Amino acid sequence: MSCCGTPPGYEELDEVSKFVSSKLAAFLRTLRDNAFAVGLREGQDAAALMAAGYAQKPDLLRSAFKHLFSARKADWEIFDGLFDAFWLGKRVRSRSLVSGSAAPQNNPSVKNLRDNTAGADGQGTLDQLPVDDAGDGYGQGTGRKEGASRAEDLAETDFRKIADPAQMEEAHAVAARLARAMRTKLTRRDLARRRGYQLDLRRTIHRNISHGGVPVSLVKRRRKQKPLRLVMLLDASGSMSMYTAVFLRFIHGVLDEFREAEAFLFHTRLVYVSDAMKERDAQRALDRLSMMAQGAGGGTRIGECLANFNRWHAARTIHSRTCVMIVSDGYETGDATLLGREMAQLEKRCRRIVWLNPMMGWEGYSPEAAGIKAAMPHIDLYAPAHTLKSLADLEPYLANL
Amino acid sequence: MTLSRDQIAARLAEAGYIADGELATAVSLMQLLKRPLLLEGEAGVGKTEVAKALASVHSTELIRLQCYEGLDQAAALYEWNYQRQLLAIEAHKVEAGGVRMADIEDQIFSEKYLLERPLLAAIRRERPPVLLIDEVDRADEEFEAFLLELLSDWQVSIPELGTITAVSIPHVVLTSNGTRELSDALRRRCLYHYVDYPDVDREARIITAHLPAAGASLSLQIARMVEKIRKEELRKVPGVAETLDWAAALVGLDVRDLREAPEAVHETLMCLLKTREDKARFKPEVTQRLLGRVA
Repeated sequence: MSCCGTPPGYEELDEVSKFVSSKLAAFLRTLRDNAFAVGLREGQDAAALMAAGYAQKPDLLRSAFKHLFSARKADWEIFDGLFDAFWLGKRVRSRSLVSGSAAPQNNPSVKNLRDNTAGADGQGTLDQLPVDDAGDGYGQGTGRKEGASRAEDLAETDFRKIADPAQMEEAHAVAARLARAMRTKLTRRDLARRRGYQLDLRRTIHRNISHGGVPVSLVKRRRKQKPLRLVMLLDASGSMSMYTAVFLRFIHGVLDEFREAEAFLFHTRLVYVSDAMKERDAQRALDRLSMMAQGAGGGTRIGECLANFNRWHAARTIHSRTCVMIVSDGYETGDATLLGREMAQLEKRCRRIVWLNPMMGWEGYSPEAAGIKAAMPHIDLYAPAHTLKSLADLEPYLANL
Repeated sequence: MTLSRDQIAARLAEAGYIADGELATAVSLMQLLKRPLLLEGEAGVGKTEVAKALASVHSTELIRLQCYEGLDQAAALYEWNYQRQLLAIEAHKVEAGGVRMADIEDQIFSEKYLLERPLLAAIRRERPPVLLIDEVDRADEEFEAFLLELLSDWQVSIPELGTITAVSIPHVVLTSNGTRELSDALRRRCLYHYVDYPDVDREARIITAHLPAAGASLSLQIARMVEKIRKEELRKVPGVAETLDWAAALVGLDVRDLREAPEAVHETLMCLLKTREDKARFKPEVTQRLLGRVA
């Protein structure tokens, strides 16, 4: 290691080792700030390495630390930059965090997302007009459903028409709860279905050897079910802005509750958001999101984003029992034929494609957008998703996959 | 026996594995820290080869466990040889009634009736072998958890026999293709090395090492061509193994210079392009264009 200079003399060993270990601890902190999973043992091993002579040459130490501290490809790629910045004082690339530096500023396109969660500020005046009617109609309550049924009231209301921030907050909470409930039910159905069994002869004989081969205790074979995996792709473009906030909450709930779920946002490009969404606190998760996503310009390139997904993420995120859920209005500003082609690719890989289109709930809506037309032949379920009820309706469908 | 980093690099080269600079560091760290090595990378970049080379570096045995969905302890760790057990029971019946049940039990649950599977075999060798756990991402999460336990305690318990502690600690190499995200716990236990497609020079050296008949200039041409092909939009990017196949095909067809035999080059591209879409995309003109840039 260059900063320590020559190997220490005996009398100054303590000073030097103290300095080195404090510097090492600071480096570990930097790594943790950059999402490296570094524990105590790694720290000890690092100290052992430095003591074993790796500290003499920066290149060797960098390479050794790289193997020790990295745990995935993303770590592997940014490590050299971090190491150089910390130990050799070089400039670090802008995307990684050196401890203490400020977080990158959020950009306008995702800021919208957050504003919408906080309240209904983002809504245009046109959409606010019918709110009173809807509010009144449902607000009165009808007999015995009153009280506990506020969620029910909300359930039928189009997300666009919820204006009251408190009500919006409630809708979000319901969306999160819904995700939770879905998970529980799906699991229970799995169990019930598994009850059918076959006799496992091989194991039965094996177990009954001590009874002289008389089958006293039977071994049953049960089919091991993979848990259903949900991969969600959420359109976060301008045309969807009234819905994204609610769906983000829903996705947050799903990621929290499902054992296997992955989430992506797309607008002009695709962003992997599962890690950011794993934050338990929903608002914090959204804050983290705004740091990650960088939509450039306007429009939605669904086709390109799907191509990106198919190429880089599909192999990892999709297995045989995966349902891909795309939430989008289908307004494609890019090439619609590309969208069709990529949908065909995706169809080959996963079990079901569900396309949720909030616009479908609008009266008189028919799928005219070029994007949705191109995608239509490859979609297994095309459903509206403008109210909480329509989200809840999905659950029986998912349960049967 | 601990080898220095330079010794390792030299021995890797001797074993016919042309490593990138950092792999030798990784291998020396494996010895020093006694941690498993996790290799990730695209299919066909030579992850499994690393383990084979490692076995020859340490001049020891390679024990391989291929993971797949539904892999369980019986296939990975141990299994009783129940046919023999049944036979033994029947034999005792014939011999006479003097034998007590407990004796029979003791006998049939002894070493003699135990079938070692790779994991058990690896920890019972006198000389530490190289244990290759291939495509660990294909195994279930439950198996991963079990593996984690084994890799930290180096002991397994077999209910009928008791706990078996490792005689020697094997050099463990895990590989993953990224079909599933591995758990953080497993990642943390391992050293990590990302195996990338080799650069042109290294790929040329790999070709020469495996196919001395190819010669230096053809190897370099092939490596350049493959590098260009990898940059095209392909569904399945060719790996090193494919490159070697292609080189062997070209050598077999007696091609000495790629530019002189464009038809042969185009026809043998099937060694590299493994899907219909890719094949359709590569029209003769595309091959021609790439060949033009290889020179």
